[in-house]
Order: sequence, then C-alpha cells, then structure tokens
Amino acid sequence: MKPALRAAVYRSFPIAAVLLLAACAGQETKDTPKAAVEDRTPTAAPTAPQATTAPAQASPVAQTPLSNPLKDPANILSKRSIYYDLDSHAIKDEYQPLLQAHAKYLLENKNSKIIIQGNCDERGSREYNLALGQRRADGVRRALMVLGVTENQIEAVSFGEEKPKAEGHDEAAWAQNRRSDIVYAGE
Amino acid sequence: MIRSLLSRIRRAASTALFLAMLPSAASAALTIEIVGGGANQIPVAVTAFVGDGGTPPGLAGVIRADLARTGLFKTLDTGDNPVPPEPQVVNWGDWRGRGAEALVAGGVTQRPDGRLEVRFRLFDVAKQTSLAGVSYTVTPAQLRTAAHRIADEVYEKLTGDRGVFSTKIAYVVKQGRRFTLEVADADGFNPRSVVNSNEPIISPAWSPDGAHLAYVSFEAKKPVVYVQSLLTGQRLAVAEFRGSNSAPAWAPDGKRLAVVLSKDGGSQLYLVGADGKGVQRLAQSPGIDTEPSFSPDGQWIYFTSDRGGSPQIYRISAAGGPAERLTFEGSYNASPRVSPDGKSFAFIQRNNGRFQVAVQDIASRQVQLLTDGSLDESPSFAPNGKIILYASELRGRGVLAAVSSDGRVKQRLTASSGDVREPAWGPLPRNP
Repeated sequence: MKPALRAAVYRSFPIAAVLLLAACAGQETKDTPKAAVEDRTPTAAPTAPQATTAPAQASPVAQTPLSNPLKDPANILSKRSIYYDLDSHAIKDEYQPLLQAHAKYLLENKNSKIIIQGNCDERGSREYNLALGQRRADGVRRALMVLGVTENQIEAVSFGEEKPKAEGHDEAAWAQNRRSDIVYAGE
Repeated sequence: MIRSLLSRIRRAASTALFLAMLPSAASAALTIEIVGGGANQIPVAVTAFVGDGGTPPGLAGVIRADLARTGLFKTLDTGDNPVPPEPQVVNWGDWRGRGAEALVAGGVTQRPDGRLEVRFRLFDVAKQTSLAGVSYTVTPAQLRTAAHRIADEVYEKLTGDRGVFSTKIAYVVKQGRRFTLEVADADGFNPRSVVNSNEPIISPAWSPDGAHLAYVSFEAKKPVVYVQSLLTGQRLAVAEFRGSNSAPAWAPDGKRLAVVLSKDGGSQLYLVGADGKGVQRLAQSPGIDTEPSFSPDGQWIYFTSDRGGSPQIYRISAAGGPAERLTFEGSYNASPRVSPDGKSFAFIQRNNGRFQVAVQDIASRQVQLLTDGSLDESPSFAPNGKIILYASELRGRGVLAAVSSDGRVKQRLTASSGDVREPAWGPLPRNP
C-alpha cells in the first residue's frame, strides 16, 4: 500500500469508527455476544424454579391460591414449549399430551387467554424468519382449536429469530430456538 | 480531463479495496485492514480550507474521508497549508508533480450574523481549469454538513453519479439486552437514538422524504409496526392487529405502506395508510408472503414468498393481481430491495448454507453474487444505487458492511462491542 493511501485511509478511519458506535466502551473478545441469557418470557422455561414457592402467592390465573396447575412443575400444564425439526412447523406426536392438557384447561377456564409465541433459529432473513415463526404459532393455534378451544382465547404471534432461548451459533442452540411457547395472559 | 478521470475510475474499480475494521487489543478504537491495492484510484488533493477554525479533522479532512471511503479516489497528503480557491494562485506544476489530477481548495469566512460562508473550487490540474465552485452559508454546527455537500459536488463532477455523503443511515444496535434504533450521518457521525427498548427492534424503513421512520418493535410482546417522526419523536402504531405486524415498506408517495399482517391467518401482504387507516389486503396466497419493497415508480411491489415451496422473490402490481416469480436459482432467495433506478434488485441468496448479498438485473434476470459472507442480511441501496449497505457477521458479532453495486469495493464496519444490524439507507436530502 502506498503511504499516501494508507494515510488517507487512517484519516478516514475514525469516521468509519464512529459508525460503530457511540456506546462502544468495552472490549469484547469472545465469539459470542456477551449477553449469555437473552430476554425470554418468564414462563418460557419448562422448569421454572419459582414454581416451588407458588403456594405462598396467588396468581391471577390460579384456580386456587394453594395450587396453580400452570406453575406446578409436576403438572403438564407447566410444560409450555414445543420444539420443531429444521425447516418444519409440524407438531410432533410427543407434544399431543401437552396440547390436550392446555386445551382442556382453556375449555374449563373460558376467561383464560393464551399467546402462542413462534420462534426460529437465527439463519436467514429476519422478516422471513418472523413469518416462519408465525407459521409455527399458527399451527399450535389451529391444533388447539381442533381440540375445541375458541379462537378468542388464543393469539398467535411470532418472535422470529429475535428472542433466542439459546445464544449459540450451532445446531444445539438452533434446535432450542425452533420453538413455540405458550404464555397465559397475566404471566 | 473528465473523460480521463472516468477511465481511471473504471480501472480503479477493477481493483477491490477491502476495509476490514477489527477491534484493537487495548481499547475501543478500531483498526482498518486493507486487502488488495488501490493503485489505480484517482488522485485527488483536498487542501486545508483557508480560515477553517473548526475542530479537526476540519472540512478538508471530512471531504477526504468521504472520497476515500468510496474506494474510487486516492486522497493525497497535502500538508497543513491552505490553498485559496482561486485559479491564479494555484501552483499547478507543484500539484502535477505530486500526482494530483484533481484539486479541491476552499475557504471559510465569518459573516456578521455569526454564520459562516464556506466556498470551494474543484480544479482540473492538467487543464488548469475550474470544474465546480459553490458556496454555502451555514452555522458553525453545520460545518460537517457543508463538507459532505462539497464531497457530493466533487464526487458528482468526477464520476457523473450523485454523491450520497449528505445522506443518513438508520440501524439497530444491540448492547446486551438493550435495543436502540439509531440514525447517523452516512459516515457514522452524529449518531442519535430514535427509540430504545428492552425488546427487539427490526426492519427500519425511511419515509421517502426522510422525515419518518417506520419500524417493527416487540415492546408490546409482539411485533407491531410504528411510524415515528424524526423531528418531533411522535409516533403512531400503524399496524397493531391481532397476531404479528411487520415488514413495513413505504410507497414512493409516502402516503401508504405495505406491511405484513397475520390477522387473517398466515403472513400476508396488506397496504395501510401512513396514518394507520384504510388497511386493505394486497394479495392472498397459501404460503408466506413477506418483505415487500416498492419499485421507485410505485408500480410494483417486490416480495419474498414460499408459495412455490421455497422462499423466492416475486412481484405483484401495487394495485393487486397475479404475482410473477423472478428468482429461480437456488432454494433460498429473500429480502428484495429494488434499486433506485428500478432496473435491478438486491436480495439475499443462500449458497451452500451461506447467506450472501446478490443483485439481479430485472430485464435480463442475470444474477451477480456480491458478497462472500455467511450470514449477510438486510441489503439496503444507497440512494444513488452505487452502494449496498447490509448486515453481516464478524466473529459472532453483528457488523454493518457495504459493497459497491458492482461488487468491487467492500468495506466492513464494526464496533468493539455490541451488535449492529438492520441497516437502512435514507433518501437524498431535500434541497438545502
């Protein structure tokens, strides 16, 4: 490289540098983003440790203050996640008991409402992934309606690739992120 | 002279200039790595401006940096001595001897009202003639703006294309759990945050007049499309229907947006007023329809659909009607963005599991792959059509990158921490 060009480029460098931006004080050396844990819906994780203390407090959707089946780790209603194969929105047979349990609960609790949140892995276009997540959530919605749940109790939305449960960039992480979560209103 | 400059630029363009900006070991500062040469770049001398009392790098520094970033120019070291913008005082032999083909000289004078008059001339060194000369009256805070305007003039005179140095870009920064939609000058200066959220923000889109941004925010625990004024900060949820609302794209008249809604099942295309009123369905398909992008004449909407089994790019009349498939190579083509001249579209193509930016000529259907990344996303044309800004990844972090629309000049821009993504290049500024 010619010295003059190098000088020119170094002059141009701080400008480009600012593109990156105001808030860049720290130094990041790892391959993965430093936020190991992403935002997630509080009930997205099937094993919510706080559930063990549930008897101490009433939840808005609890049937009785002493036992909220939605939060009871021993109850299938505390299972909220449906995982998918690559490029698939088909609900695997193993999730039928989970869907049936939630359908039954919603039929018995007509005031309860759920949001189904579809998710995708990070590969590909964000907006297309949003649509793929929507297709997954819509599939769960349809399955619950087949089981008799009324449409106004269910809203299917998508988080696309925006709220990954696992932050990695490998198949293990991606498999965690191909997912629909069931979240009850008020949770 | 112009002709010889143009031929030089064409030669320069055949040599790729690659700027890779890597985090340095010790601080937040960035370093630049250049791969490839720049021997055929057009040599331009931009001298210090007479009376430029502004903060470094001064007007000349800003102009040099603008020109250098395009990869088409070699900015010569001119020292600190200003040259008055008068042909009779230019030492032509000296500049010829230093290899300059074009010379930019200028000056700043203070006016009684406190404003500054910035004037410049662009000279053809071989012919010893003036190619351009303009003066601007600005406030001291607008000196960088004046410098970008001068760079635009120089670029247009020497290349025949509009300069885009006075434009703005929008992008999303993710720092930990915090998402910020920012707007900055095209050179990254003067970043300001438009909206902050602990929930994701995606898909910013500039209104054609540059006064508003549409974007998708998840702050309501689901995707909702907002339109926000950059002047007042006021915003409106223009699509907040049951289900997901996303992928806003402005019609060229700025009165309507194409959006993707799931309210009637699936992800489908709709039109909605910029005031959130008058939503109407644009198309009906059994698959996913998303990522609408208007052609500049407003006649067509390009979009991604998997109605044929895999994501491909289609277009439909903005008045509705049958959709026409446009991409046929490969099993994943998405994120179309029509070029400002309406003759081509940039998009993302998956090749062997890698997502890369490509451009397709609409008439001939010829496809050119422009990048070699593995997770390139969200292409956005500069308003002169010469550069495509896109999101890429470097060692697991989101960075912005730019590639010339002929694929020959590349830059990569990264922060020392955080992810930068979802770039959107703003329109040309309205008349000053």
